[in-house]
Amino acid sequence: MSITVLYFAALKEAAGCAEQTQELCANGAELFAVLSAKYAFGFKQTQLRIAVNGQFADWQAPLHDGDVVAFIPPVSGG
Amino acid sequence: MRFKVTNAAIDFSEWRGLLNNPQCGAYASFEGWVRNHHDGKAVAALHYECYPELATHEGEIILAEALAKFDIADARCIHRHGDVAIGDMAVWVGVSAAHREAAFLACRWILDEVKARVAIWKREQYGDGQNVWRTQG
Repeated sequence: MSITVLYFAALKEAAGCAEQTQELCANGAELFAVLSAKYAFGFKQTQLRIAVNGQFADWQAPLHDGDVVAFIPPVSGG
Repeated sequence: MRFKVTNAAIDFSEWRGLLNNPQCGAYASFEGWVRNHHDGKAVAALHYECYPELATHEGEIILAEALAKFDIADARCIHRHGDVAIGDMAVWVGVSAAHREAAFLACRWILDEVKARVAIWKREQYGDGQNVWRTQG
């Protein structure tokens, strides 16, 4: 069972890719812990938001097979 | 649909027309432009990265909140992404209302919320060739 992880802006540069397939984790917090051990994201979890399937979500909400997950760094539009 | 992102030059004429309403005496709008400096440094060019699905979902929520919060008739917003040049329009907000006060207030509120909540990131390329992701407005 797997999920797709999307990276944007500084996180995309840290991960070296825009998208990757990852083994399913119980929730977003666990997924972030796994990936931040692998990449130097430069952000703590508390500095980011998580989006699941295109909507902001809770870090503790369970993830499911096929979910699309993105860690959202502080935005700077406008 | 009241919020959209585009990687082409912003053309708000159609949505400006949709704000027209015989009950409205006020239309307030804001255009954000790409400027050539930030914190005293010369900015040569700008790139906006966007997560379109999340950006449009959150943008629609912001405009629905504005319609509930202010005494306005309609509100719309378009945000540019991709490579933009100095002087290009990066964002447009338009609000129609019976009276001007609510239109002005809602226009400003929408822009502030979009800057704080919509999944768009600005990377500035400075005159010295350095690139920096901005992490706030």
